[in-house]
Amino acid sequence: MTPLLQVDGLSKFYGQRIGCADVSFDLYPGEVMGIVGESGSGKSTLLNCLAGHLPPDAGRVMFDTRAEGMRDTVTMSEPERRMLGRTDWAFVHQHARDGLRMNVSAGGNVGERLMAVGARHYGDIRSQAIDWLGRVEIAEDRIDDRPRQFSGGMQQRLQIARNLVTGPRLVFMDEPTGGLDVSVQARLLDLLRGLVREMGLSAIIVTHDLAVVRLLADRLMVMKDGHVVETGLTDQVLDDPQHAYSQLLVSSVLQV
Amino acid sequence: MTDYNFAYLDEQTKRMIRRAILKGLAIPGYQVPFASREMPMPYGWGTGGVQVSAAVMTADDVFKVIDQGADDTTNAVSIRRFFERTAGVETTEATGDATVIQTRHRIPEEPLNDDQILVYQVPIPEPLRFLEPSEVETRKMHALEDYGLMHVKLYEDISAHGAISTAYAYPVEVEGRYVMDPSPIPKFDNPKLTMSAIQLFGAGREQRIYALPPYTRVVSLDFEDYPFEASKAEHACALCGATDSYLDELIVDDAGTRMFMCSDTDYCQSRRAAGHVGAQGTPVKEDAA
Ligand SMILES: Nc1ncnc2c1ncn2[C@@H]1O[C@H](COP(=O)(O)OP(=O)(O)OP(=O)(O)O)[C@@H](O)[C@H]1O
Ligand SMILES: [Mg+2]
Ligand SMILES: [Zn+2]
Repeated sequence: MTPLLQVDGLSKFYGQRIGCADVSFDLYPGEVMGIVGESGSGKSTLLNCLAGHLPPDAGRVMFDTRAEGMRDTVTMSEPERRMLGRTDWAFVHQHARDGLRMNVSAGGNVGERLMAVGARHYGDIRSQAIDWLGRVEIAEDRIDDRPRQFSGGMQQRLQIARNLVTGPRLVFMDEPTGGLDVSVQARLLDLLRGLVREMGLSAIIVTHDLAVVRLLADRLMVMKDGHVVETGLTDQVLDDPQHAYSQLLVSSVLQV
Repeated sequence: MTDYNFAYLDEQTKRMIRRAILKGLAIPGYQVPFASREMPMPYGWGTGGVQVSAAVMTADDVFKVIDQGADDTTNAVSIRRFFERTAGVETTEATGDATVIQTRHRIPEEPLNDDQILVYQVPIPEPLRFLEPSEVETRKMHALEDYGLMHVKLYEDISAHGAISTAYAYPVEVEGRYVMDPSPIPKFDNPKLTMSAIQLFGAGREQRIYALPPYTRVVSLDFEDYPFEASKAEHACALCGATDSYLDELIVDDAGTRMFMCSDTDYCQSRRAAGHVGAQGTPVKEDAA
């Protein structure tokens, strides 16, 4: 099987400071990878480089495009990258306000990606929006409400619907459950797990929360100071961490 | 009038504006930045249009100004006087006689020809502005033809009002490429945007010029199941009886009696002079014209 994503020697610097350094890994279709590590370890930097939001300073990010097979998304043109960003890729932000249009209705938020790729039938767009609101457990009669009128958990579910409506193949998530209270987190995780399985999505999930990783991720990558210090199957890394830092991370969480 | 350079602006400024106009004509619908000059009138009074008119005007031109279709509003009269004084050009109210027409919010009813230039005053040139406040982002969207958001606006319109309620400044796609704000003309005028004359758009405060060369293909954005309609009030002009012109609605007395008449005053006048009489019109006497 060819990987969906092949990352090779990816580095990003902020002046003298390391954002992330020399990151390499493969992600296979249908695989979910978790990225954990302390604050400032470079998780978001890496994710944003992978998703084309930040230009890396070195390295390649090969993606298996539908039309032309493996392409380096770092060197492809901005229009091509943007097209991927609204078709095959999805990005779920930690803060819903970064991933939603707060002054556009829920239906408009979900419909935007459809319209961006050429949907021009209002009735179709609306019924797809209704369908997706249903799949993320938002009642149909909220379709014309703005996200401001939604709770934090609902906003996050709306963001997920908005992203998945075009049937992406790779979803990037940066702390999708961060800032939500525990019971809301649990419900969102359940929903995400269902969608990932049902749609056969590949995903890269950045999180602080090892419970999220255990529930969603097949594989795990541990970062420290911009470097990947350990990768492996999730259960392996969590149950038998090899690197001293991973051991510390796992033990500190398990004690909580 | 010798106190001023011809048409007020100095030659260097006019050259700079002409370069922006030429670039605009070369890339139809693309907003070209230009260094807008202080004009002896406040922003919002057509300083963008005035600068464009000044840059294209020659001594032989015949100049007409309309404000919402009318030649006789304060704004139209003062811009006309401005060029009479600073350029010494002939002015007219007759659409067919004019070579340069500056307009606010309307396209004349009488079809323009390829010897004419229509100059629009534009308050906000960016059609994506109300959805995306960042100029950096909107420029990127234009550059990358990333226009999904424009249809989001129309979607929101339909979901809130059951129809596309945008009645003015209705967004258009130019030659299959740039999405453009046609300035606050009523959407009734949108089909006329494909025409024989050169159309130039000037936004003074926002420092942008854009253009449509003759016969440019201009399409109003819509949905398959909610197609664009160039609607107008379902009446005939009370004065000249026209059924094909854009109508203004006027309250004519304290009882709230309403009357519909052509917003294009020259069109209405010409029709009446040619003998057309509306339901509440009076025949025009020969000597009154
Ligand atoms: N825009 C920036 N300019 C300068 N330095 C930055 C910038 N963004 C991140 N950094 C630095 O890069 C390093 C990695 O930051 P990053 O945000 O990727 O970490 P993170 O693992 O996502 O942290 P957190 O868990 O707090 O979100 C940190 O040292 C951070 O201070
Ligand atoms: Mg982060
Ligand atoms: Zn009339």
